[in-house]
Amino acid sequence: MATFSDTTFFLIAAVVKVVVVLIALLTVVAYAVWLERKVVARIQSRWGPHRVGPHGLLQPLADGLKIFLKEDIVPHDVDRFVYWLAPFLAFTLAFFSIAVIPFGESITIGGREVFFQIADLPIGLLFIFAVTSLGVYGIALAGWASNSKYPLFGGLRSSAQMISYELSLGLGVVGVLMICGTLSLRGIVEAQRGLWNILLQPVGFLVYFMSAIAETNRLPFDLPEGETELVGGFHTEYSSLKFAMFFMAEYANIVTVSCLATLLFFGGWLGPVFGPPVLRAVLPLFWFALKVLTFLFVYIWIRGTLPRFRYDQLMAFGWKFLLPVALLNILATSFILAWRSS
Amino acid sequence: MTVLFYIFAALAVIAALSVVLQRTPVYSALSLIVVLCALAVVYLLLGAEFMAAIQVIVYAGAIMVLFVLVIMLLNAGREGPIERSRLAHWLGVPLLVVFLIEVLAVVWQQFPSGSTSYAPPMDAGPAAIGTLLFRNYVLPFEVTSVLILVAVLGAVVLAKKQL
Repeated sequence: MATFSDTTFFLIAAVVKVVVVLIALLTVVAYAVWLERKVVARIQSRWGPHRVGPHGLLQPLADGLKIFLKEDIVPHDVDRFVYWLAPFLAFTLAFFSIAVIPFGESITIGGREVFFQIADLPIGLLFIFAVTSLGVYGIALAGWASNSKYPLFGGLRSSAQMISYELSLGLGVVGVLMICGTLSLRGIVEAQRGLWNILLQPVGFLVYFMSAIAETNRLPFDLPEGETELVGGFHTEYSSLKFAMFFMAEYANIVTVSCLATLLFFGGWLGPVFGPPVLRAVLPLFWFALKVLTFLFVYIWIRGTLPRFRYDQLMAFGWKFLLPVALLNILATSFILAWRSS
Repeated sequence: MTVLFYIFAALAVIAALSVVLQRTPVYSALSLIVVLCALAVVYLLLGAEFMAAIQVIVYAGAIMVLFVLVIMLLNAGREGPIERSRLAHWLGVPLLVVFLIEVLAVVWQQFPSGSTSYAPPMDAGPAAIGTLLFRNYVLPFEVTSVLILVAVLGAVVLAKKQL
C-alpha cells in the first residue's frame, strides 16, 4: 500500500468525509419528510404515503422528481437578485453547520486516527450558533424580495421570532458550558462520560428544546408560514427548486438542532459498547443516530398534536417566560458550581 | 494566510463602499452584513476564533437582523438624490480626498514601512477573554451594562408615550 504524507491523507479524509456526510444528511432530510408524513398520518388516523414502494418508502424520490420537473415561476415585480439569493442562503447555511457535528468516536485507519467529524473546532458550538443566526436572512429576505403582502408578513414575523428565541436558545446551553468548561462539541460529549447533562441541566434542556422548535419555525411556532393566515408565508411566491431549497433547509435545520440536543444533553454517541472490533466501531454511530431519530420523532409528534400559538402569545412566551427561566437556570448553576468548588 | 487577508480585507472595503453607494436600503444592509462577515474572517486569520464567532452572532446575526427588520417594516423603497446644497456639491469630493490623504499621511507617519512588527501571540480563547473582562475590566463592563439598561428603559418610556 502506498504511504501518503500527512497532508495528502488529511485532504483525502476530509473530502471523503464531506461527501459521505452530505449524502447522509440529504438522505436523512428526504426520509425525515417521509417520517413526518407517516407519523402525522398515524396521529390523524390516516395511512400516509403508501403507494410508491413498500410503506411508501420511495415517496421522497417521487417527490424530488416531481419538484424538479415543476415550472419555475418568477413573479413580475420581485427584486431579482435577492429573490434568487434568499433560497441559496437558507439552503447553504442550513447544510453548513453539519460540518462541526461529531458523530462518533475515532477509528484508526493505516495507523492514523480518523474522527467521525468533518472539522473539530475549539468553538464548534459557537460556529453552529453563528451559522444558524445567519440563517434567518434566507427567510426574511425571501419575504422582502417577493414584493408581496403575505410573504412580507412572514419575513417580518420570522425576523422578530428568531431574534426573540435566539437569546433563550443561547442562554439555555450556558449551563452545559459552565459544567463542561469547553465550547468544543467533542469535549462536551467527552465530559458527559460519567453522567449525561440532561440529569444536571433539565431546565436548560427544556429551554433549549422549546427555543429550538421556534428557531426552526416548526409548529407550534410556525407563524412565519402559518398557512391559515399567510397563505404560505415567506415562501408563497416560490416554486419548483427554489421552494424545495427552503423545504430542505427547514428539515436540515431540524436535523442540526436534534444533533445538537443529542450532543449537549444526551451524551452524543456515548452508550453501551461491546462485542468484536467492528461492532465497537459502529455502535457509537448507532447510538448517536438512535438519539437523533428519537428527537426527530418527538419533533413530529409535537407538530402533530399541538395547535399554533397566537403571535402575542409567542412573543410573551419567549420574553416573559423562557428568557427569565434561562437566566435563573444560569444563576442557579453558577451558585452550585461556586459552592462545590469552594 | 496573507493572500486570504488581502482577499477579505478588499471584500470588506468594497462592501463598505457599497453600503454607502447602494440606493436601496436593504442592499445597504446586506452589504454591511458582508463587511461584518469579512471582518470576522480577518479575526479568524489573527487566531481570534472566539471574537470571530461572536462578531457573526452578535453583529451579523442579531443587530443586522433588527436593521433589516426595521427596513422591511418601514417598507423603505429606493432612495433618490435629494435637493443638494451647492456647497456640498462642489466641496464634497475635494474635501473627501483631502481627508483620505490626511488619514493616509498620519498612518504612514505613525507606522513607516518596515517598522511594523507582529504583536506577540496572545490567548484569545473564551476563558482568557472572560478572565480579562471579569477581573481587569469588570468596572467598564458593568458600567456598559447599566448604560444599555438605561437605553432600554428610555426606549420603553418613549414607546409607551405613544401608546
